[in-house]
This record gives sequence, C-alpha cells and structure tokens, in this order.
Amino acid sequence: MKKTMRAAVLATAAALVLAACGAAPEDENEATTEPGADETTPAETIDYKACIVSDAGGFDDKSFNQLSYEGTKKAADELGAQFAEVQSDSETDFQPNIDSLVAEGCNTIVTVGFALSAATVEAATANPDIEFVLIDDAADNDFNGEKDAENIKPLLYDTAQAAFLAGYLAAGYSESGKVGTFGGQPYPTVTIFMDGFKQGVDYYNEVKGTSVSVIGWTGSDEGSSFTGGFEANDTAKNTAAAIIDQGVDVLLPVGGPIYQSAMDAIADSGREIALIGVDADFYETDPSTQDLVLTSILKKMDVSAYDAVMAAGQGDVDYEAYVGTLENGGVGIAPLHNFEGKVDAALWAEVEALQEQIIAGEVEVTSYLNQ
Amino acid sequence: MSVDDSQLGGTSVAAPQHVGDEPPVRPAGTKAPDDGDRWREALRRVTSGGWAVSLGAVVLAVLAGSVMIAVTDKGVQDASGYFFSRPQDTFSAIGSAVGGAYAALFRGAVWDFRADDFAGGIKPFMSSLNFATPLIGAGLGVALAFRAGLFNIGGRGQMLVAAAAAGWVGFGVDLPIVLHLVVAMTAGIAAGAIWSGIAGLLKAATGAHEVITTIMLNYVAFYLISYMLATPGLLQAPGSSNPKTPPMADTVIMPRLLGAQYKLNLGFVFALVAVVLVWWLLNRSRLGFAFRAVGENPDAARVAGIDVRRTTVSVMLVAGGLIGLAGTTQVLGTVTTGFSSDIDAGIGFDAITVALLGRSTPFGVLAAAILFGAFKAGGSVMQASENVPIEIVLVIQSLIVLFIAAPPLVRAVFHLPQPGARPKKRARRQPKEVAA
Repeated sequence: MKKTMRAAVLATAAALVLAACGAAPEDENEATTEPGADETTPAETIDYKACIVSDAGGFDDKSFNQLSYEGTKKAADELGAQFAEVQSDSETDFQPNIDSLVAEGCNTIVTVGFALSAATVEAATANPDIEFVLIDDAADNDFNGEKDAENIKPLLYDTAQAAFLAGYLAAGYSESGKVGTFGGQPYPTVTIFMDGFKQGVDYYNEVKGTSVSVIGWTGSDEGSSFTGGFEANDTAKNTAAAIIDQGVDVLLPVGGPIYQSAMDAIADSGREIALIGVDADFYETDPSTQDLVLTSILKKMDVSAYDAVMAAGQGDVDYEAYVGTLENGGVGIAPLHNFEGKVDAALWAEVEALQEQIIAGEVEVTSYLNQ
Repeated sequence: MSVDDSQLGGTSVAAPQHVGDEPPVRPAGTKAPDDGDRWREALRRVTSGGWAVSLGAVVLAVLAGSVMIAVTDKGVQDASGYFFSRPQDTFSAIGSAVGGAYAALFRGAVWDFRADDFAGGIKPFMSSLNFATPLIGAGLGVALAFRAGLFNIGGRGQMLVAAAAAGWVGFGVDLPIVLHLVVAMTAGIAAGAIWSGIAGLLKAATGAHEVITTIMLNYVAFYLISYMLATPGLLQAPGSSNPKTPPMADTVIMPRLLGAQYKLNLGFVFALVAVVLVWWLLNRSRLGFAFRAVGENPDAARVAGIDVRRTTVSVMLVAGGLIGLAGTTQVLGTVTTGFSSDIDAGIGFDAITVALLGRSTPFGVLAAAILFGAFKAGGSVMQASENVPIEIVLVIQSLIVLFIAAPPLVRAVFHLPQPGARPKKRARRQPKEVAA
C-alpha cells in the first residue's frame, strides 16, 4: 500500500515537472528561432562556410586545437556563416578529413598543426579555389623557404619574444637563482618557448651581472628535459620533480596539459614555486592555477584564426604568412594577477620597457622563425 | 620429439611447466587444475563464436549508437523539452538526427548519392577499402594468433617498427622501381615478424605471457620510433626539426589501382593475397594444423608430437609479419608524404575487434575489416556534414566487442558453465534424463 502511494506521488510529481518543462513553440517561425539560436545570431546569414580540422590532439586539448577552434567558431558565428568541424584521431585521417570538408563545400578550411602540413599542401594544390589556413606551420615541406601552395595562409607565432619577457621576469623574481623549464616533445613549436625563456634569463644576467641559471634547457634539444608526450601523467610529474629537486623556484612547463603534472609535483615538494603558463592566460582558463601562476606566455591563436576567417568571410582573402609578434599582439605576456604584490614594481616596469625595446628591435630575440 | 622433451626437462628449473600448459602467472598448484581450461575455453568461445553472434552484435551496436546520436542531438534535446505538449516534434527530431547521421555514414562509406556520375558515386567505397587495407593485414595477424591460443596485442609496436623499416628503405635507399618496393616491403614485414617473434621467443623460452610482453614491446617500439624521429640522420627529415620523416621516394610508392582519383592502392591487393595465404596456411598446410592443434589443446598437441614451443614462435613470427604488412602499406600506400609516431593509427587495437568480429577466420576478417573501414570513412563525413561526434563510431566499435566477448568472459569469471561445453553438458543432461 505504502509502495503504491509512493509510486503515485512520484508519478504525479514527475508529470508536473515534465509538464512544466515548457510549452511547444507556437508556430513554425518561432520554432526555428527559439531553441538553439542565441543572441549571437546576426541579422542575415551569408553564403560562406568556415571549417576546421584538428590534429590528433582533438578540439578539447586546452591548447592550440582548442584555441584555433574557438577563434574559427567565433568568426563563423559573427559572420552568420555555416561551420563544420572534423576531429582527427591519427595522421591517416588528415587527408580524408580534409577531403570530406572539401566535399561539404567549405570556403575556408583551417588545419591545425605542423602534422597536417603535407595533407594541407596536397589538398590546397588540388583545390585552388578554397582558402586554407594552416596554424603553426609555414607549409614548406620541401624546405626551399617558400610555401608549397599559393592558397595557404600560414599562421606562425614568434613566441620566443614573449618567452624572453617571461624569462627576464622569472630571473628577477627568483630568489634561489635557479629557474626551470621542461617540454613535451622537442618540436620547434615547443622549444621556441624554452629557448626564448633562456634568452630572457641570460639577458637579465647580462644586464644585472647576476648568474641565474636555467635548469631543463641547455640551448639545444640535447640534454634538455622532455616528458616524451603531451599527457599529464607520471612521466611528466617525475620530470617536473627532477627539476624542482635542483632548487628552482620558477617552473615553465611547455606542452598542453603537462602543467597539471607540474602543479602536482610543486604541491608534493611543499615549497613555494611559481608556475609560468603557456598559450593562454592560465589564470583565466584554469582557475586552479591562480595561486601558483606568475604569468603566462600568450600565443593568441584564437585571435589570429578569428582574424583570418573574418577576413576571408568578408571576401578579403590574403595568403600572406602571418607571424605573431609582440608588435602585432599575436604573442604577449599575461598580467601578474595574484603575484602583483610579490613582484617588485620596478621589475615589472623593466619588463614593460623591455617589451618596447624588443618591438623597436633594440633587443634581439632569436628563434627558428627569424634566423 | 623426444629431443624436445629432454630439452624441456633441462630448462625445467626456470620454467617448471610446459609452455603450452598455461602462462606462468599462475604458480603451479595454487589454483584448481581446470582453471587454465576455463580461461582457454572462454578465449576459444570469444574468438570462434557463430556468425549470428557477429551479425547480432553489429545490429545491437548500431542501435545503441542511434540512441546516443539522438540523445546528444541539439534538436532532439530542444524538442524533448516540451515533449508532453507536442510529442511528435521529439520523434521527428530523433528521426532526422539518426536518419541524417546514418545517411551521411552511408554517403561517406558506400555510395555518394550526391555525386553526378558513377565514378564519383563509388569514391566513398574505394575510400572504405583503403581504410580497410591495414585492418585486413593486422586483423589476420591477430586472428592467426587467436587460433593458436595466443593473444597478440602488440599490433601497435609491430606496425610501428614495420613502418619505420619500410619507411627507412622507402626514403633512404636508392633502388630501381620494382625492386625498391620489394625490398621495402620485405624490410617492413621482416621487422614486424621479428618484433612479434621476440614475444614468441620469450614465451617459448621462459614462459613469459605474450599479453605482457607484446604490450611492453608496444611502448619500446613507440619510444624507439619517437627517438629516431627526433634524431637527424635516422628517421627525421633533413632540414626539419619536426618529428616527421621525409616523403617516400617515387620508386617505392604503391601505385593507385584505379587511377589518381581513388586512393585505393596496390596495398589492398597484397592484403587480399594475405587473406588467401592465411586461409591456405590454416586449412591446408601442416604448419597451420599445428597452429590450430596448439590453440585447441596444447597438452593434446604435445602428446600428438607437436613441438609446442617452436609452434609458438612460428605463430608469432607469421602474425607479426602480417601486421608488418599493415604497417608497410600505411607508409608506402596511404601516407606517403612522410609519417610520424602515430602512423599505426590505433589499428593494432582495432585489429583485435576485427579478428573477434571475423571469428578469427581469414574471410571473416576480410569482411569485418571492410565494415570497420566503412565506419572509418563514413565517420569523417558524418562529422563534417551532420556534426555527429566521431566518438560515436568508436562507441559502436567498442560495443561490438562487448557484445561478442562479454558473455563467455562473464561465465569464466564467475565459474558459470559455458553452455554446450562438453563435460558440463553431459553432467547436466544426465539427471534430466533420469527425471524424465
């Protein structure tokens, strides 16, 4: 008896809840606008389709796939353009995935990462009417210094400039006189951070006559610290711990989510060690880092992907290679946030002055992009 | 065979049991003597069930996939918000989501009904066959090991070393046109065979279980290839610092079978040849008979005079060679612009599913590989045109394995009788007859 009562009450409640879920939209016109459509819907839609294909990392990698995706999607939404995305699981998917997007009638196809370079060149050669935007690679697979197909717009980032500032800041902030860095794998797009960071530290030593040392990056791949992958796993944590054990008090992990392992290692060490973020401002994208993050080295792929797609959607296609620098704001250094009180105001002023000097060409930062 | 027995006696300190008996993870005498039989019976059932089970598993998995497509679809979610005031909206939204997704899958995998002519229409099917090519080779390798009672999950490592060897010959060695392909393929197949043979040898010599050793060898291969890709002069393209090889030489690239517009290449023919060879090996040759005998019952096989240890090594060599063929066609046929360390594309593991679905028979593997190739080719179009996440395809594939493998494994875990198992059957029937 009790059971029946309970069931009856539950059923009534459920019916009420479901009934309250909403009335059907009144007519067809409303039905198409009410659900799904947001305030971003523009007044009119245009006949343009923006598409994006990821590398094996997927669009939720909290790194370049995700940022590129966000920029492309935002541009497509604002343009009122159609949008399609395809995620790759491995390198054998790249070409078929690009082909699927070509068959779907995309006008612009954004391909993310150097791994897609060869497939992008092939598809661009076969489809000269489609614009390809290749992120993080120059599309130069025969290494003759020129891109291999006309209709590719490469987006590159000279992050060494921003990392230089972070290195200078870290050297000034460090009390132990040792700062550390480690990377995922020795890709140029990874080591450019580590190398710029070291150049910044060395510059600080030169100016101030100090001898702050960098652990984990020797100036070349040889003898430097890498986790061998881009996963937040035990290997990454052990790599971080090995660097922490050498007495560093600033740590720069380069490569997607491996900073999470670095945070674990910092917590285990029980010492006060500042973290430097990469790609996005960690303070904003991952609130769990807020107590640790000194600053972040910004690589604004979302902004440049957005700009490239917006331009293309407005019929303003150009295939000029884009190189993000401090000058054009494609790379940069994030605010100090919680560390404002801990960093000497004079040091931060020096960093800001240094930024102007780099833009003016008075201080030179080298990387594989400007050799 | 008496020579062999005395050898076994000689090594009995290190390996107290015969290799074929059961892996040494189970110390002798700690468990019931029929424990090994129980698991072997489960593996046998998982890998050699009936065709109806395979078909049923695919149908159920596709149905479950439909539910997921419907549940994750935005239109369905919106319409179900007012389900009680207008239920037909929800049903039509479900219909259009699921229908659209599978139509796109079909369009990407079998026949492009949007194309103007036959040549364009058949393109997706050619793409499916191209995706199936490495799955056939790798599936055969896993299936062959299954038939001999061995669980080869080292497909990833075997494909990687095969790709590296074939690729290195492909871009690093200068040879005339046909010879180059022959040498590169031989190198790839041999590398795969050797990598797998290491696991076979370890099992034969020390009793180390092949599941453990092949998994370990996967990691060894991956890090080895990663190192070689990052080291100038080994696999890394000169002038580049990306971990990627140079493109293959023109003399070594497998020609496309039906013209440049279809990706299908000579590798598919080699895969078909492998299917026939494995069929002949298993059903017509003495070696294949030994493989199957060891798989069915290693004790009986040894009593019958079959050298179980040598057979173990041979099985792993042949299986690795077949998987090596898959790695070879990847770099010489599919991705000829240079490869990196995920050239295996998860095929080493997909091959296990393919072998299960194909009931470990060569032609079954062929059919299952084509089905999976179609999923792969269609998944891309489904994603591009209907915005259905690619993971749905992965879920369908995983459910297929679950539906096929789960029942016998659950019975083995909980000591339940396998239906139709010979000893149990008799034991159960007898009282029934008495009662009747």
